[in-house]
Amino acid sequence: MPPPPITKPVADAVWEIPANWQAGMRVPIRIFATRALLDEMDDQVFTQAANVARLPGIVGASMVMPDAHWGYGFPIGGVAAMDPDTGVISPGGIGFDINCGMRLVLTRLTLEEVAPRLHELVDALCERVPAGVGCEGFVSLGDSEFAEVLREGARWAVRRGYGSEEDLARTEEGGCFTGADPAAVSPRAVKRGHRQLGTLGSGNHYLEVQVARPEHVVDPTAAAALGIDRPNQVAIMFHCGSRGFGHQVASDSLQVFLDAMPRYGLEIVDRELACAPFRSPEGQRYFAAMKCAANMSFANRQVILHRIREVFGGVFRRDPADLGLRMIYDVAHNTAKLETHVVDGVARALLVHRKGATRALGPGAAELPPEYARLGQPVIIGGSMETGSYLLTGLAGSERTFGSTAHGSGRTMSRTRAKKLFHGRELQRSMAGRGIYVRTASYAGLAEEAGGAYKDIDAVVAATEHAGLSHRVVRFTPIGNVKG
Amino acid sequence: MAFEYLEDDVTSDVSFRASAESLEQLFADAVDALTGAMVETLDGVRPRQRRAVAVEAAALDLLLLRLLEEVVFLKDSEGLLLRAESVAVEPGAGGAPARAHAVLAGERIDRARHEMLADVKAVTLHGLSVERRDGGWQARVTLDV
Repeated sequence: MPPPPITKPVADAVWEIPANWQAGMRVPIRIFATRALLDEMDDQVFTQAANVARLPGIVGASMVMPDAHWGYGFPIGGVAAMDPDTGVISPGGIGFDINCGMRLVLTRLTLEEVAPRLHELVDALCERVPAGVGCEGFVSLGDSEFAEVLREGARWAVRRGYGSEEDLARTEEGGCFTGADPAAVSPRAVKRGHRQLGTLGSGNHYLEVQVARPEHVVDPTAAAALGIDRPNQVAIMFHCGSRGFGHQVASDSLQVFLDAMPRYGLEIVDRELACAPFRSPEGQRYFAAMKCAANMSFANRQVILHRIREVFGGVFRRDPADLGLRMIYDVAHNTAKLETHVVDGVARALLVHRKGATRALGPGAAELPPEYARLGQPVIIGGSMETGSYLLTGLAGSERTFGSTAHGSGRTMSRTRAKKLFHGRELQRSMAGRGIYVRTASYAGLAEEAGGAYKDIDAVVAATEHAGLSHRVVRFTPIGNVKG
Repeated sequence: MAFEYLEDDVTSDVSFRASAESLEQLFADAVDALTGAMVETLDGVRPRQRRAVAVEAAALDLLLLRLLEEVVFLKDSEGLLLRAESVAVEPGAGGAPARAHAVLAGERIDRARHEMLADVKAVTLHGLSVERRDGGWQARVTLDV
């Protein structure tokens, strides 16, 4: 679907729809994409980005990443920064799966070492990292300890022995959003989530064993600095979030905000774009609850990492530390955070909503661990299970997107249509023929995630590089997949 | 089965349309459509446990959302797959909220017997509607999966 005719190029792989496109827009829409990706975007992306541009307090532009597609309220791949004093917070700018994110773990093993045990490895991962509807984790917590998880995030997990300080240093926000308040969370949210720590979930959540083939190392110097220093090195990438807990926090907030909007004189354009002034009691309560969900998600990924280390240690009968198994980084997709960004030459505190978008800080950013200061923040962009995924680094140019880049390849086909076109068992066999061993909790779910239902990941990451947001380091190829 | 999943409505998720002669049947069909998005064979869900739920809301579409949210909640909190055994709806009038009472019947998820599909994260407000049509009722719901 072509974009509105008023869309104009403003820089390499950057497009703008001016604020006079639709009534009430306070700022323009800025789209970061190649011509081909722009033309492929569904027209709802532009309508939704315009709705975002109407939100009070929005600063600069309503941003759209190259993998954008229709979402609830914001498009997936939408980024918006609000003035915290005059602006709003919107759960539709964060998503139902709060802090759904990606974690990348590197091993010292090569494909040649892993291949003979690949089935054993993937089967063990499938057993030890539960996936699918209704799955329960191995950590069962009472309410008071669950509250510690919500306050401390991955720090709780490391305190319990599920990981190291290095893991925390290599997690966005150190694995913990400060200011999380369990009192802001409903008992229903806790009941939905307290048995789900250590689980993948379903839908587009997965755990993959991947290989960095020599021909796919785009920047060997940066790759070596990140620890990718031997041919066919094996890594593990996984994607999951805050599970039922975060979903309930989001659902709870929508009703509160819809009731509150008339009191604050806020017009409801789309009920999924419900919002409240950031400084209002409702806004602050949701912010504190959202941080709990973000922390639940960091803890979830940390506990899963612990299980992955156990599985590798067991399968290869070696200490996991001898096998490498060091985290490269953990990035969040669906969050709102108070961050400092330079706008018109002035550093300002902004509430940055990232919905299906990844933070991508450039070199020298204060938040980065010392080993990444010169490289820029590692950025992990997952493709479909059939194609591949990328490790990139943040570029200084990402200041134009409040330090953001793409998050994945983005769907182009509905789940219902994908299920008609693809068949889970056939797909599993065909992927096996291509050297990808898949275990799934649901064959229908597998069909829904077929590569043909997604945009071209190579085009998406290339667009982020053209636009100066993130720089390609390595493309990983899947060899094993646990599909949620 | 008076519901159908819509093929091209939402790229990432599942949406459905339900039609029925009465509000009660409409709500029961919508519960089936929700559970049917999670499990391949609805008839394989045996009525071994029951949960009574009561919800209220300012409007009928939000009332349906509340009822469906109960089914999602019980899926995560107790691991239950549920169908509606009985539903009573008071549409609400004169400023009183609409109310629904339902008895949900089902059983715990058993991977050996239930072929599972997508995990429903949330019932969304996107395009949500409950309206009179052709002498009966029609609902449209989108699920985040």
